[in-house]
Amino acid sequence: MAEQVLMLALSPTMEEGTIVKWHKKEGDPVAQSDIICEVETDKATMEYEAVDEGTLLKILVHDGGQARVGEPIAVVGEPGEDISGMLKEAEQKPEPDASESAAPESAVPQVKAAPAGGAAGAAATTPSAPQVPAGEVKASPLARKMATGHGIDIRVLRGSGPAGRIVKRDIENALRRAASYGPAAAVGVQGPAASGKDERIPVSGKRKIIAQRLAESKFSAPHYYLRIDVDAGAMMAARQRLNARLPKDPAGKVSPNAFLIKFVAETLKKYPVVNSSWQGDAILRFGKIDIALAVAQDDGLITPVVRDCGSKGIVQIDRDLKNLIDKVHNNKLTPDEYNGATFTISSLGTSGILEFTAIINPPGSAILAVGRIHKAPVVGDDGAIGVRSQMMLTLSCDHRVIDGAVGAAFLSDLKAFIEYPIDLLY
Amino acid sequence: MPVIAFRQALKDAMDEEMARDQNVILMGEEVAQYNGAYKVSQGLLDKYGPERVIDTPITEEGFTGVGIGAAMVGLRPIVEWMTLNFSAQAFDQVLNNAAKLRHMSGGQLNVPIVFRGPNGPAEYLSSQHSQSFQAFYSHIPGLKVVAPYTPHDAKGMLKSAIRDDNPVIFLENEMMYAWKGEVPEEEYLVALGKADIKRTGEEVTLISFSKPMQTVLEAAEVLEKEGYSAEVLDLRSLRPLDEEAVFASVVKTNRCVIIDNDWPMASFGSYLGWLISKNCFDSLDAPVELVAMEDVPMPYNHNLELAVQPSVEKIVTAAKRVMYV
Repeated sequence: MAEQVLMLALSPTMEEGTIVKWHKKEGDPVAQSDIICEVETDKATMEYEAVDEGTLLKILVHDGGQARVGEPIAVVGEPGEDISGMLKEAEQKPEPDASESAAPESAVPQVKAAPAGGAAGAAATTPSAPQVPAGEVKASPLARKMATGHGIDIRVLRGSGPAGRIVKRDIENALRRAASYGPAAAVGVQGPAASGKDERIPVSGKRKIIAQRLAESKFSAPHYYLRIDVDAGAMMAARQRLNARLPKDPAGKVSPNAFLIKFVAETLKKYPVVNSSWQGDAILRFGKIDIALAVAQDDGLITPVVRDCGSKGIVQIDRDLKNLIDKVHNNKLTPDEYNGATFTISSLGTSGILEFTAIINPPGSAILAVGRIHKAPVVGDDGAIGVRSQMMLTLSCDHRVIDGAVGAAFLSDLKAFIEYPIDLLY
Repeated sequence: MPVIAFRQALKDAMDEEMARDQNVILMGEEVAQYNGAYKVSQGLLDKYGPERVIDTPITEEGFTGVGIGAAMVGLRPIVEWMTLNFSAQAFDQVLNNAAKLRHMSGGQLNVPIVFRGPNGPAEYLSSQHSQSFQAFYSHIPGLKVVAPYTPHDAKGMLKSAIRDDNPVIFLENEMMYAWKGEVPEEEYLVALGKADIKRTGEEVTLISFSKPMQTVLEAAEVLEKEGYSAEVLDLRSLRPLDEEAVFASVVKTNRCVIIDNDWPMASFGSYLGWLISKNCFDSLDAPVELVAMEDVPMPYNHNLELAVQPSVEKIVTAAKRVMYV
């Protein structure tokens, strides 16, 4: 008996997935736990493992195609089995369209009405963002591979090859554009349009989730901000000593972020309130200190989480972090590696930003925005002016959980730890 | 380093191998008293005598079969076909005896023989004498098929072919016999099955062998003048084929044009195109292009004769098509 293979929710927030690549083709045998395809969720590219055994009879959603969670993407059964009825049923499924999922019973008449209504009618029945069926995107195999590797949504690019085929140079141009706008700029989004024409860029799944989560956080959590100027000299000197002592690691030197994560973790131990979450009717005090670092990607950002930082040393934290960031760049980060941070750090120092405010990353209640470490003249306690390595820290707090005095005490202790790391031992 | 003609390089190879090994003999039409229809065997009769340099009757099937029989019992014959077009007469001997006997005797018999002669179009030879045979012969398991472009490779590969225990089809071209190139004085061998990068480049790989290599190298220069960097790969050997070198180049440049002066359908070039598409699929930025002979019998009219063959212009156009410029 043939079974439909349904799009599964491969991440907790996933509503829709894009088939990056089928590993099986029609007619291939499928065994349980075989990887049948790769699916791009709102955050990462996941491998889809087969649940049903049999033969892959029909692929319904091809490479690049999208399906909402619960929609059929393929049919598995016995070779030669008649699946025409099942295919017909699959075809009648409404188009993946936001308005239709809200009112499924109206979908069929709407579709039928479209041809009669002419161009205007058709436009009126498809109010959502224009979905370019990925199967119709023409791209060279190399361009597809490059796009997948760089996390570029190939559907938003314009191909320069014959009949609009997307080729290597189109991907290279997109990457160049992205690079010139800095690491966080979305690839595929045109820069200042040379044509002078406005352009509608379909919102990717990931962009949708970023928008939804950050808007929800900013609109529901009453943010307030605390700013403190920190002398990073002791931390940088300690880092230098550590790196000089460590055997040459091919992955590179221990990063300042690993130090910051450790200092924050130690400070959180003193202020469990800051390591908490607003749950509406309760405040959840987390049992562990799981600190996320915001990492920019070509098409958005993601927050890999270093787990249990309270019980790890700086070197271990650095290893974990490098491992996670590697996965980010290969698009292999799994949901349990980027969800559920109890505290988040965002650093724009490498972009030269002196100070900024960040939006809290739920379920945490605070986020630390780290500015560039820079040389500045500072008036010391003795009244003399000296040149120091200064760093501006800005803490965003959810006032429902963290009151101003607590937030201020936390930040002040964090500053003390960074400036006098020996204090950690007291 | 001495500069010698292709025909001299072939002669030197045969001469050295005949001097080295008593069992090496040369047979074919006009190879002895006339010194070869294209003077490739100049002086060999005088040096080695009529027992080892043998003029045969005009019976390709007969003397090809005699050569195969001689190889089976221990000689290492070089059979010259006056042109590969005449080898059609001897095709059954090659297909069913030379290529099969080692396999069908369970390895008890070897057929260490070289069939050599001019292949592909020359000039003014019309339909029946301008044909390319690389597809016919490279189709057959049990044979080796080689097609050098330079006098250096011709000498080194012919020596390797004579020493090889398998039947080797050695493809030359009438126009190439007078082409000159550097050939070392000291003895050397060129292994069968190794391609040669004639020119390194970044944006497109041009793959060919034998006489069209000259046209391909000219095309690469035209491309360079226009600002495009082409890598040129001389296969030298079709079977065995240096797949590794082909794939490495295509993976590097992402684009490929194959130049095979033979009809396109079921040709060596079309096979190579499939092989590349299959193995380098994710590295290809454009479909593999094939610049072949037009799918017609060779016209006698000289303008048309040139028009149906790969040209610099056709190669440059194909290269630009795969580079999308």
